[in-house]
Amino acid sequence: MSAATHGSHAGHDHGAAHGHDLPFWRKYVFSVDHKVIGVQYTITALVFLLFGFSLMMIMRYQLAYPGRPLPIVGSWLGPGLVNADRSLSPDGYNVFGAMHGTIMVFLAVVPLVVGGFGNYVVPLQIGAPDMAFPRLNAASYWSYLSGGLVMFASFFMKGGAAQSGWTSYAPLAVISPGQTVWLLGMVLLITSSLLGSVNFIVTIVQLRAPGLSFFRLPFFVWAQFVTAFLLLLAFPPLEAAAILQLMDRIAGTSFFMPTGLVVSGQILPTEALPHTGGGSPLLWQHLFWFLAHPEVYVLILPAMGIVAEVVANNTRKPLWGYRSMVYAIIFLGFMSFIVWAHHMFMTGMGTKLSLFFATTTMIISIPSVVVLTALILSLWGAAMRFNSQFLFALAFLPMFAIGGLTGLPLGLPASDIHLHDTYYVIGHFHYVVAPGTIFAIFAGVYHWYPKVTGRKMSELLGRVHFWPSLICMNVIFLPMLFQGLQGLSRRTYDPLVYDAGQAVQGWHFVSSWGAWILAIAQIPFIINFFWSAVAGKKVSDNPWDATTLEWAAPSPPPHGNFLKSVSVYRDPYVYSPPGRPSDFWPQNQPPED
Amino acid sequence: MMAGGYSLWLPVDVSKHGFEIDRLIYALHILMAVLFVGWGIVFAYCLVRFRQRPGHRADAVVIKAKASKYAEIGVAVFEAVLLLAFAVPVLARVKNQFPSEAESEVVRVVAEQFAWNGHYAGADGVFGRTDPKFIAPDNLIGLDPNDPHGTDDIITVNELHVPVNKPVIVRLSSKDVIHSFAVPALRVKQDVIPGMTIPIWFEAARLGEFDIQCAQLCGNNHFKMRGRIHIDTDAAFAEWKKSKAPGEAPKVSEEDFQL
Repeated sequence: MSAATHGSHAGHDHGAAHGHDLPFWRKYVFSVDHKVIGVQYTITALVFLLFGFSLMMIMRYQLAYPGRPLPIVGSWLGPGLVNADRSLSPDGYNVFGAMHGTIMVFLAVVPLVVGGFGNYVVPLQIGAPDMAFPRLNAASYWSYLSGGLVMFASFFMKGGAAQSGWTSYAPLAVISPGQTVWLLGMVLLITSSLLGSVNFIVTIVQLRAPGLSFFRLPFFVWAQFVTAFLLLLAFPPLEAAAILQLMDRIAGTSFFMPTGLVVSGQILPTEALPHTGGGSPLLWQHLFWFLAHPEVYVLILPAMGIVAEVVANNTRKPLWGYRSMVYAIIFLGFMSFIVWAHHMFMTGMGTKLSLFFATTTMIISIPSVVVLTALILSLWGAAMRFNSQFLFALAFLPMFAIGGLTGLPLGLPASDIHLHDTYYVIGHFHYVVAPGTIFAIFAGVYHWYPKVTGRKMSELLGRVHFWPSLICMNVIFLPMLFQGLQGLSRRTYDPLVYDAGQAVQGWHFVSSWGAWILAIAQIPFIINFFWSAVAGKKVSDNPWDATTLEWAAPSPPPHGNFLKSVSVYRDPYVYSPPGRPSDFWPQNQPPED
Repeated sequence: MMAGGYSLWLPVDVSKHGFEIDRLIYALHILMAVLFVGWGIVFAYCLVRFRQRPGHRADAVVIKAKASKYAEIGVAVFEAVLLLAFAVPVLARVKNQFPSEAESEVVRVVAEQFAWNGHYAGADGVFGRTDPKFIAPDNLIGLDPNDPHGTDDIITVNELHVPVNKPVIVRLSSKDVIHSFAVPALRVKQDVIPGMTIPIWFEAARLGEFDIQCAQLCGNNHFKMRGRIHIDTDAAFAEWKKSKAPGEAPKVSEEDFQL
């Protein structure tokens, strides 16, 4: 702990000495301050979130009205993306589908919950002056931004953006246009995550304030800690796999291309692909899902962390079962590395292997049940304060429940036979990520906004944002479960081709209108986000009467974070302690007060 | 809008094994509903009962809720039962316990962008040898012209015929990329991986004509990779086979491939 004490003093002095001397571009652009980097991550990722959502809104027009010319945007899109009559082309649909997935996962949601909230909040919550390696932190952001710009630029390059799905299965991805740039972008994004994850682990282990033992850490910090390990251990295989696929495309290797392919009547190897043969398409899937399943928990764990903070603060009582929640997510972290092949039940794997992965998948559902049950039981005996962040956090609970529960039929290989690669899968994981994680992100924005800006967001606009968003999310995603039960395959550009698609076309219409109204429902949030920064009500350093350390810092915190070094005397959520008049007891308040 | 026996819940099932899959899906959804309603009742009660109001203070004393422990154990037990008693038997039967080839109809399906090629052994009951080097516009699956077993083989495009009440073994392979052979009405789905031949089997219990979907993104016209599977009586199936001139290339239009 002495190192941590020393660190926070050093940081404080550093802040006092240099905080105001830096030129604008060092302070706000090429900054090494975790708070500036956190805000940079948040704003960049929110822009990508809107961009990824826009791609989907265009796809949803094709799904609701197959073959009809796109209104307005039809004339903006290049000739590859639209047909002669300005309707979305099959290529355009596949490009948008692949890029929607890539952008939402790797450029929007993970950067928001880890790069944005993690960066801004973790050092504050553990009483540290900054991340352990501030320059590494900046490198992580700039690598992320470069990856994002590469992905964005790929839309305007010859061959367009990637179109083989965010999963990029070989051999399709190896022979499809746009994939080389996608792979280069992925290498940058993965590098960014790796730099970030090392930083989080070291920061949480080394820079905790005196008295802040591991079981006094806010749940959010625990969630980020487990997440960092997942990123650190799961991403390297995908980075390696991305480079192998890149080599297959540009260097004449054949890691993923089997012998005897005949593509479009051309017997491989051809002049364009001179060295194919002997590779394994399934190898790619194993490497991809070895990352991409833990990635699912990277999407959800920090969201659970945000929700836990907001729930504890607004129920005015400690989290129920804090320790069991911590044990649950540690267990979940370990288990997430041995469930990946449940994405591959239909590849023809043997029943013994299927049974192993089905068993691990059933086991991993238990810790999620533990966390969800603990959060719901935390509401018992509360004195709930229904502010905007609490509404979003509350909505997270049933939405995540639907997302988690609908994973069960997909986790059993027998029921998965019917549901695999259908809209049921899309409904399932969107319930986890959209009204799940993204609602947690909104909760986090409303909750920590006063810390970042010193001002509150408007409660009225918050409610106008919340209720339509909650309704629209369900209008969009619930129909997909029914479409999936009917057997409608995902990634189907024109659903009317199939009997199943014709039977459930009405639901596409409902989903699409839900998506467009959801977009309108985000306007109050966007106004609130920018307007409140200049005109929001000014508030004290601790407007929510919260207990964790970030609220002991000024709002906004200066360079170095705390005006005097902080020590921790108690558990993270001492709300409504019996025998004390105040209904909260901050972690840093000495007991004799 | 309920074309081809589709309904609001699960679509029509014409296979002999499908009811076991459906039963599992129903059982899972009942478990899901019980858990969701259980959580929902506690959740809704809390929202109403424990609002902040003057004179009400949160009760920080940890409640000893055994209910959560019971719920978690209950979920674990229920999942174990579903896995071992419901999922494993049907999976083992579908994936491992293949009928003998002598008692079954054996069909090869060769997937490509963007069509399903069917290959029947013909009167001699032996498939002709195939090799990619023979693939040409009039020889879509690369049948070896020098192999006498191939002369009576039947080749189809986007059209399969199978007999009812007889096990059917389908050997799946792909010429180019990964496809997925999905027949929702038969509760059949299997990825088709280039470089591998993967056998599946099913037995149809009812006559009819149903969609073959491609369930794995396979390129820009993935959505058009639709075939039809006809489940015929023994007599009609034999008649259909006879009607196909052996060794003749199927009539193919650009439409079938959308290249």
